[in-house]
Amino acid sequence: MNARHTIETRGLGKRYQLGEGGSYQTLREMLASLVRGRRPQSARGPEMIWALRDLDLTIDDGEAVGLIGRNGAGKTTLLKILARITEPTTGVARVRGRVGALLEVGTGFHPELTGRENVFLNGAVLGMSRSDTRRRFDDIVAFAGVERFLDTPLKRYSAGMYLRLAFSVAAHLEPDVVVVDEVLAVGDTEFQQKCLMKMSEFGSEGRTVVFVSHDLGAVARLCPRMVWLDKGQIAADGESQAVVDAYLKSGIGAGAKVDFAPDGAKPAQMLSVLVTDASGRPASALPRTEPFEIALRFSVIERIPGLDVSAYLINSRGVHVFHEGWADHASLGESIGAPGEYEAVLTVPAVLPAGEYTLGVWIGTEVEDLFWEEPLRFRLQPTSHDREEAIRRSRVIQLSSPWRVSPRLHPGE
Amino acid sequence: MSRSAPAASEPAVIEIRPSTGFFPGLGLRELWNYRELGLFFALRDLQLRYKQTFFGVAWTLLQPLAAAAVFAFTLGKLADLPSDGLPYGVFVYSGVIVWTFVATGLEAAARSLVEDRSLVERVYFPRLLAPIAAVLPGLLDLAISFAVLGVFMAVADVAPSEAILLLPLAVLAAVIVAAGAGIWLCALNVQYRDVRHALTFLIQIWFFASPVVISSSIIDGGWRYIYALNPMVGALEFFRWTAVGGPPPGAPALLSGLIGAALVIAAVVYFRRVERRFADVI
Repeated sequence: MNARHTIETRGLGKRYQLGEGGSYQTLREMLASLVRGRRPQSARGPEMIWALRDLDLTIDDGEAVGLIGRNGAGKTTLLKILARITEPTTGVARVRGRVGALLEVGTGFHPELTGRENVFLNGAVLGMSRSDTRRRFDDIVAFAGVERFLDTPLKRYSAGMYLRLAFSVAAHLEPDVVVVDEVLAVGDTEFQQKCLMKMSEFGSEGRTVVFVSHDLGAVARLCPRMVWLDKGQIAADGESQAVVDAYLKSGIGAGAKVDFAPDGAKPAQMLSVLVTDASGRPASALPRTEPFEIALRFSVIERIPGLDVSAYLINSRGVHVFHEGWADHASLGESIGAPGEYEAVLTVPAVLPAGEYTLGVWIGTEVEDLFWEEPLRFRLQPTSHDREEAIRRSRVIQLSSPWRVSPRLHPGE
Repeated sequence: MSRSAPAASEPAVIEIRPSTGFFPGLGLRELWNYRELGLFFALRDLQLRYKQTFFGVAWTLLQPLAAAAVFAFTLGKLADLPSDGLPYGVFVYSGVIVWTFVATGLEAAARSLVEDRSLVERVYFPRLLAPIAAVLPGLLDLAISFAVLGVFMAVADVAPSEAILLLPLAVLAAVIVAAGAGIWLCALNVQYRDVRHALTFLIQIWFFASPVVISSSIIDGGWRYIYALNPMVGALEFFRWTAVGGPPPGAPALLSGLIGAALVIAAVVYFRRVERRFADVI
């Protein structure tokens, strides 16, 4: 291994069996097959999928690298292998130094324990010794701003306090290599800013950072280098803006409708995602001056309390233009997580400028992501009298409200 | 442990590759390196138990007391079963507290990883730590119950022999049985969904297959050795000998102890072999 490399993978691959568990779900089945002397699924053969395939990647000491790619492209699998949570099927990965994996904030937090108890427990879970945690305890608490609630059980914390405390513990780790997955997906803007600040501190302290996020803008700001994974392989690796451009331009489902294969393991499934014009016709190019609709069709297999659905749009510069959740509006009551098939439609008013947009959709609850993809790209067309310069202007929304300009009849009055 | 200046000491390179071969090693060294986390797991379980149950300490006392009282009345008084020359109350209570320790320990161990699923999916730690740590909190209950046993013995005028010096070894034997069975069941529970349902049933059967409330002296000659294939037999008889001055354990109990040791070794080997799949199947 080259002395400058902190992370090096050679031919790294990870194969999963589709469906839950292994070939046997129950001990009863396993024992029965032992008695019969054959494997129960040998006829069909279990369906295999390569989450990562022949991955050669080197990351140098002190580099900050962003990992992007669609859901199921292998980003999280790669992080999990680097963090030794799961084993590769083929190949080898070498990591120099201690890895701090932040795959979720608050891993190991327990609602019944107090803030203080949770800080020590979570510290231990993340690999801090008790003396390390004690030494940094005051910093952790101050960063989270929860001094007054240290002896309160975590279940009485507000969501914001919980997140701040959780992130604060993680932020005070001192690993050589930090791998971070989607921590920015939670919390309010202020919290996310705080996370980003801390992440860039990690970078400037010379730690090696591998960062996964759906927020392309955030990744680009933190990481000068980006790796785009597609179907478990590297599609592009290089300077961030170039990789983002290539990623956004790639034909990720340019079109008006995408259907999804059911994933038997999930209690809720996305069936299809559709973009239609104001009159309900599917279209991959829409006039910017008319409202359009985003329609999600999904089914709930078993009751999911607190089920939520959301959709967001990313413009060609990687900015999240909006992100609208179902549960943002009113409480939808008990009926929301009941089993059945649903169609959720969101009308987007005509306020977006012409350009390419990527549509992201999500199903989940406060604690779990059940589905998350960015399956569609579509275009908002300029009108025939939009000037070229106005189309290329840097902006996120376009109000289209006219200026009222009138001559002042008595200037200076 | 902390390393803020990577330049000062060259950090170690960790190599991650698919594990091959039949047995990846016991991994005891790494287990030892993570001992603090194990302690935190045990501490958390204790904190939770004393926070969540209304009775707290009282509950850990009442449970075996109530069970012992019922058995002392039905089996000791009504059925008049033999009790190794001990007052039946002392015989039963000493058995019940060890049994309670083993049964709760193995159940907690069996559930440990599945209950900490989010940890298994998101953090690395030697997985063996969880079932082992789950057995430990029961030691506190055992100590409390042991104090009560002392009161019983004083009232019943039973004095322990000098064998009481071996009591720590007897407790260790019980820990080995609990951990052995717990580690096996924990590994199975992660992989197969029906294990948790079988658990209660298994514990019930095991209770009646062990000399908790019925002395093994009712079993004759050669059958004793068959009976002693149950590792609980040795643990219970060893405990009674050291704690309440029961008869010294004989050859069958020794065999039982060896079975217990074999159980825990086999459990660790099996666990280590299958744990590489845990994060993927849990």
